[in-house]
Amino acid sequence: MSEASTTKAPNPLLRFVSSPAGRAFLALLLVGLVGTIFNADGAFFKIGTHRDALRQASVYGILACGCTLVIITAGIDLAVGSVLALVAVCCSKMAIHWGWSGWLVVPACLLVGCATGGLAGVVTARLRVQPFIATLALMVLARGAAKYASGGMKVSTAVKNASGGYDYVDVPTLFRLVDTRILGGHLSVVTVIFLVCLGLAWLALARHSWGRHLYAIGGNEEAARLSGVSVVWAKILAYVASGLLAAVAGICQAAQEQQGDPEAGVGYELIAIAMVVIGGTSLMGGRGGMGLTLLGVLTIGYLDKILSINAVPEAGRLMLTGIIIVTAVLTQQRKRT
Amino acid sequence: MTAAPPVSTERVPLVRLTGITKRFGPVTVLHEVQLEVAAGEVHVLAGENGAGKSTLMKILAGIHTDFEGRIEYAGREARPRSPLEASALGVAVIHQELSLIGAMSVADNIFLGRMPTRNGFVCDARQHEEARHWVRQLGLELDVRRPVEQFPIAVQQLIEIAKALSQNARVLVMDEPTSALNAPEVETLFGLIRSLKERGCGIVYITHKMEEIERIADRITVLRDGEWIGTAPAQELPTAKFMQWMVGRDLGEQFPRRAPQPGAERLRLERFSVFPDGFAVRPMAKNISLEVRAGEILGIGGLQGSGASQLLLGLFGAYGNRARGRVWLDGKETHFTLPRTAINAGLVLLTNDRKATGLVLPLSIIANATLAGLRALTRAGWRNPTAERAAAERTTGRVKLRAASLELEVGALSGGNQQKVAIAKWLQTQPGVLLLDEPTRGIDVGAKREIYQLMDEWTAQGMAIILITSEMSELITLSDRIVVLHRGELTASFTRAQATPEAILAAAMGHATPSTPSQLS
Repeated sequence: MSEASTTKAPNPLLRFVSSPAGRAFLALLLVGLVGTIFNADGAFFKIGTHRDALRQASVYGILACGCTLVIITAGIDLAVGSVLALVAVCCSKMAIHWGWSGWLVVPACLLVGCATGGLAGVVTARLRVQPFIATLALMVLARGAAKYASGGMKVSTAVKNASGGYDYVDVPTLFRLVDTRILGGHLSVVTVIFLVCLGLAWLALARHSWGRHLYAIGGNEEAARLSGVSVVWAKILAYVASGLLAAVAGICQAAQEQQGDPEAGVGYELIAIAMVVIGGTSLMGGRGGMGLTLLGVLTIGYLDKILSINAVPEAGRLMLTGIIIVTAVLTQQRKRT
Repeated sequence: MTAAPPVSTERVPLVRLTGITKRFGPVTVLHEVQLEVAAGEVHVLAGENGAGKSTLMKILAGIHTDFEGRIEYAGREARPRSPLEASALGVAVIHQELSLIGAMSVADNIFLGRMPTRNGFVCDARQHEEARHWVRQLGLELDVRRPVEQFPIAVQQLIEIAKALSQNARVLVMDEPTSALNAPEVETLFGLIRSLKERGCGIVYITHKMEEIERIADRITVLRDGEWIGTAPAQELPTAKFMQWMVGRDLGEQFPRRAPQPGAERLRLERFSVFPDGFAVRPMAKNISLEVRAGEILGIGGLQGSGASQLLLGLFGAYGNRARGRVWLDGKETHFTLPRTAINAGLVLLTNDRKATGLVLPLSIIANATLAGLRALTRAGWRNPTAERAAAERTTGRVKLRAASLELEVGALSGGNQQKVAIAKWLQTQPGVLLLDEPTRGIDVGAKREIYQLMDEWTAQGMAIILITSEMSELITLSDRIVVLHRGELTASFTRAQATPEAILAAAMGHATPSTPSQLS
């Protein structure tokens, strides 16, 4: 274990750098450095750029919080992108078409997220289907449900009327509230939502016995069980939490797009997982945390922003992101051996 | 070791190992061991758990390549550097856990890695034909195209032997081959062994069963604590002398256990059976009745496959409801189907493999030491890191853990310190009955003594302990009473005064007790 060798190193800086948090921090610093060099004629130094970078990363970030909980148990949740779409469709349907109040829409949407997460949790933890397969199935299922609920079309403010034409309804208050800025326009509300989710998830993971149980399950499930941990319940709750956070992300997505797109969120689960992994949370379970995930979210979020302000075409952005993910995981592995 | 005698007029053995010494780090597991296998003999390799039998066989099979000493194959010295080289030298090992690939066909398994090919493509017809030939050699008639997993374990074992023969193996090592077989299957295997002998093969046979040794051994070699004790023809080795070879005379350093003062009965089992693999198959522990009193250490003796570990796991609720029988804890009848309920009732189990089932290695000492008793340290589920640290300091202090920081990952600790963390975890739950399965496995002498000391203190405080240990000296010096299991059944029980190593070992090998003929099943 490198733990033993690093304790001998007297240099605290070196120790920090070799820790997962240190490496994730270095990666973020590196991205920041790239941003200051390739600043696109000073665009990188404008506050609006940072606000947008954070806003664009927020929906992914909310998903990443849920994925962190699941990945710590040595599981995986591939369904979050589809659940996001399902909730976005449901949310738009309720808020736009049916004109429900936000006080009703939000709990209903969260319930949908919890239900899908609960389904994934029961199938993996109770019926012992591999998390990859179970959530892959749920990913397809939720996508289908989203298309069914929306009738295969975007649920937008253009509502079909009886005579075959379209009526245009107002954007619901809920959507306007979520898709706005505070602090003099310097901070997006979705970013605040992300940070609140992150904070709550951090509390659960780092300060609640459930969080400790998640680590124990991911580190050694059998030892956890023989130590009296309710492995099945703890795991089901992890997937429920992931579904719940996917629902929050779905509401944010619907609000930002002012519509419920059944095709939304395709591939989001992979970006969220990449954020978690770049942060340094181990896919093998038992190691990681919400602080690391924040670093991962910022790293990928800023990387994407820097590439886009420099007008790097999407093809190049995708390829570069792929290379970064592999590099990050490789440095993680080197630490283990 | 003096120079090996020159190859004389005597028959050259198939394989001869001399002066074999093997170290793992600072620990010497084999010291100057010798073994010789002649054509047409069954050479039983005997010794208690941890005597070095498996290590010696792994050297012979080319798995361990870093050792001192000399191996001669048919008179020529060679050092196999891989299992492949060893099999080219004519050695095949039939492991306890079969090395067949269940989903592949019998023929594919027999020719795995060396299938007959033409232009790079597997020649199925030829492979099937040859596989059929080797299987027939064993008097077996089966469809070699069917997947291996469709055959019973006994047949799979024979397939493995067919694979060995097809590689022209002259020396076959069988490591407890009958542990998964029923009585008629054992007869088939023994018949096969006889025919292998006639064909000039030499067989190294590892077993813990006295009955088997008496039936098939031509020669016997005994190892003890990594030392070669002796080799003798089977007829010239009476049971008494064999037992003496196995256990030795000195029991090492005696631990001064204070005189126990047994109090009230804490735990009682009546006709308790454990079925880890379901009720359809033979129970791992069958109709066990025993009791432990406060302040008492009950030792359970037994060799590999005795079922002692499964008995404790079943009692602890680790197998859910796959246990039958009656249990009383402190006079109240209970039955645990979840570890958590057992823990809450004050019954805890230190498992025999701290890395696999005892500890969460990537977590800190504090997290591990408070894992089982975390609820008592939380309020409405919210953790209190200060209280956790204090609790971990208290319990790790009681087991005299030495660590630079309690934040260290448990995986970074030495074996002895890891074991202390595992024990500290249970102390925090304040148990009344402590089930200890191999509490001193793989830890150094100093830490061992400290754990003995702790067990002595706990019993003085009124705890009851059930101890499983494969170290005879530990069993005899620590236990106030001893029961012995053989193949899941209780074969003997001793008071401290009655217990002798020879008697315990005989009972553990299923010998010298008028046990019922329960081989049918």
